Amino acid sequence: MKKSIVSLKGVSFQYDTQERYALKNVSFDIYEGEWLAIVGHNGSGKSTMAKLLNGLQFPQEGDITIDHVVLTEETIWDVRRKVGMVFQNPDNQFVGTTVQDDVAFGLENNGVPREEMVHRVEDSLKRVKMDQFLYQEPHHLSGGQKQRVAIAGVLALRPSIIILDEATSMLDPRGREEVLETVRLLKQEKSLTVISITHDLDEAAKADRIIVMNQGEVFREGSPEEIFAMDEQLIQLGLDIPFSVKMSKAFRQNGMTLSKHYLTEEELVTELWTSHFSK
Amino acid sequence: MDISLQQVEYRYQANTPFERLAIEDVSMDIPAGTYMALIGHTGSGKSTVLQHLNALLQPSKGTVKIGSHEIKSGQKNKHLKPVRQKVGIVFQFPEHQLFEETVEKDIIFGPMNFGVPETEAKKRARLALQQVGLAEEILAKSPFDLSGGQMRRVAIAGVLAMEPDVIVLDEPTAGLDPRGRKEIMDMFYELHKERKLSTILVTHSMEDAARYADQIVIMQQGRVAKKGTPEEIFSSPDELVQMGLDVPEVVRFQLKLEKQTGIKLDKIYLTIEELSSKVAEVLSRGVRS
Repeated sequence: MKKSIVSLKGVSFQYDTQERYALKNVSFDIYEGEWLAIVGHNGSGKSTMAKLLNGLQFPQEGDITIDHVVLTEETIWDVRRKVGMVFQNPDNQFVGTTVQDDVAFGLENNGVPREEMVHRVEDSLKRVKMDQFLYQEPHHLSGGQKQRVAIAGVLALRPSIIILDEATSMLDPRGREEVLETVRLLKQEKSLTVISITHDLDEAAKADRIIVMNQGEVFREGSPEEIFAMDEQLIQLGLDIPFSVKMSKAFRQNGMTLSKHYLTEEELVTELWTSHFSK
Repeated sequence: MDISLQQVEYRYQANTPFERLAIEDVSMDIPAGTYMALIGHTGSGKSTVLQHLNALLQPSKGTVKIGSHEIKSGQKNKHLKPVRQKVGIVFQFPEHQLFEETVEKDIIFGPMNFGVPETEAKKRARLALQQVGLAEEILAKSPFDLSGGQMRRVAIAGVLAMEPDVIVLDEPTAGLDPRGRKEIMDMFYELHKERKLSTILVTHSMEDAARYADQIVIMQQGRVAKKGTPEEIFSSPDELVQMGLDVPEVVRFQLKLEKQTGIKLDKIYLTIEELSSKVAEVLSRGVRS
C-alpha cells in the first residue's frame, strides 16, 4: 500500500494584495518515496503551494498534514525539519563562504554536535558528487554545482521530503541535467520523497506522477503517460507537450501507425524500428 | 546599423593580480537586419561579447565598430550616448531593474535620459506597451504590482521605447513558462521582421537558435568556435556534442533513429514537420528494396 506522507485537504490561500485566490480548495496526497511533479503556468499557484508546504505561508482554509502532523504556527519548526527546500536562484541561497561551510550552516543552526556534523557534511556532499569541492568558494562554482550544494545542505538535515521550487529553471542545460541526475540517484536510494515544482515538461516526464495546476486549482492528476495524453489541452493551459509526443503526432499525420499515445524518445525510435523499418 | 568585431580581446581587472582573459581574437560581422544567435556554455565569453556590442566594455585589443563609431583599446571614448541609444540590451531577468513608481515613468526614463521630450516619450511608452502586448491601463500601475511575466514585458518596453536599431537579448525567456516563452520569442521575431531590427540572441536553447536565427556563432573558452547558418551549424552535430553542447531535439532524434536503423537520411532536418515527412517518404519507398 502506498503511504501518504503529505496530505492537503480543502486548502485555500489568498494574498493580501490580490482579489483572486492563489489556491482554491486544493486537495491531494503525496506518497512516501515518490517523485511528484507539480506543473502549471506562471501564476497557476504552484509556487504558493511550495510556500505552504514549508510553512512560509499558512492556508486560510483547509489543512496540510505532513507525516501525521498538522501544519500550524506551533508545529512549524518540527515540520520544517522534515521538509527541505531548494529554491530557484542558485545565487540567493548560498550562505557559507565555502562549500563545506554552506552545508554545515543548517546543521549548526540545529545544534548538531561537531563530530556528527563533519560526518554529515561529507556524506551529503558525496551524495550530490560535490565532495571534491569542500573548500571551494561559491563564485568558483557553476549554477548547477551551486544547486547541488543547496541540495546537500538540505540532505544534511536528513529530511524525509525535498521540495525543488523551479530549482533548475535558471540553469543552463548541463546544469539542469546535473541536478536532475542527482535527484534521480537520491530517489533510487528510496529514502526521500521528491516534490518538484516546474514548468519544464521534460523534467516532469521523469517523475512518477504529475499534478497539473491551473488558476489555483488542481486541473488533472496522473502518470506522465496520462498527463501527456492531454495533448493540445496542455498548450491551452500555457504549458507545452514533450518533444516525443510532438514527433509522434507528426508521424501519425504522415500516415504512420504507432502503438501508444505517449512514448519516450527511446521507445519511439524502437517502435519505428521494429514495426516499420525492420519489416 | 552594422556592427563588427575585429580580433577583440578583453581582460577583466587588467594589470592586477586578478587579471583574467575573458575573450580573445573574437571577430564577427553583424550587418543591419541580421538575426544572430550567440551560443556557448556558461563562462564561454558570451556575456563579455554582449557588453562590447554597445560599448559597455572597451576591448583591451582589437576594434569594435558600431555604425560609424569605432571603439578601440587605449582610446578615450567620448560621445557614446548615441551608441547606447541605438543598441538596446535586454539583460537577463530585466524585471529586476524596474524601479519607478509607475509603469509609465519606468518606460519613459530611458528615452528622457537620452533627451527625448516628455510628451514624445509618453507617446513612445504607449507604442512600446502595445508592441509587448500589454494594455494601456497598466501605465498608471506600480510595476511591482504586476505578475512576473508582465514585469518582464514592461522592462522590455523600456528598451523598445528608446527606438533602438539593434536589440541584444540575454536569455530573454529564462524562468518563463512555455507559453510566455513562445509569446516573447515570437514578439521579438515580429519586431525583427517588421522594423528590420538587428537582433542578437544570447541563448542556451538550440531550438530557439534553429527556429529564429539566420546566423549562429558558437563561443567556447573565450573564442569563436564556429560560425554559420543553422543548417551549417547543425549539420555537423558530432562537433557540437564534442564541445559539450546540445543539438536541437529534432536533430538528436534523427541521429538516434539513424543509429538504430542504420539508414542515413540525405541531410539534417531542423523541424519536426520536415523530418517526419522525410521518414514517411523513405518508408513508403521501402527501405529494404
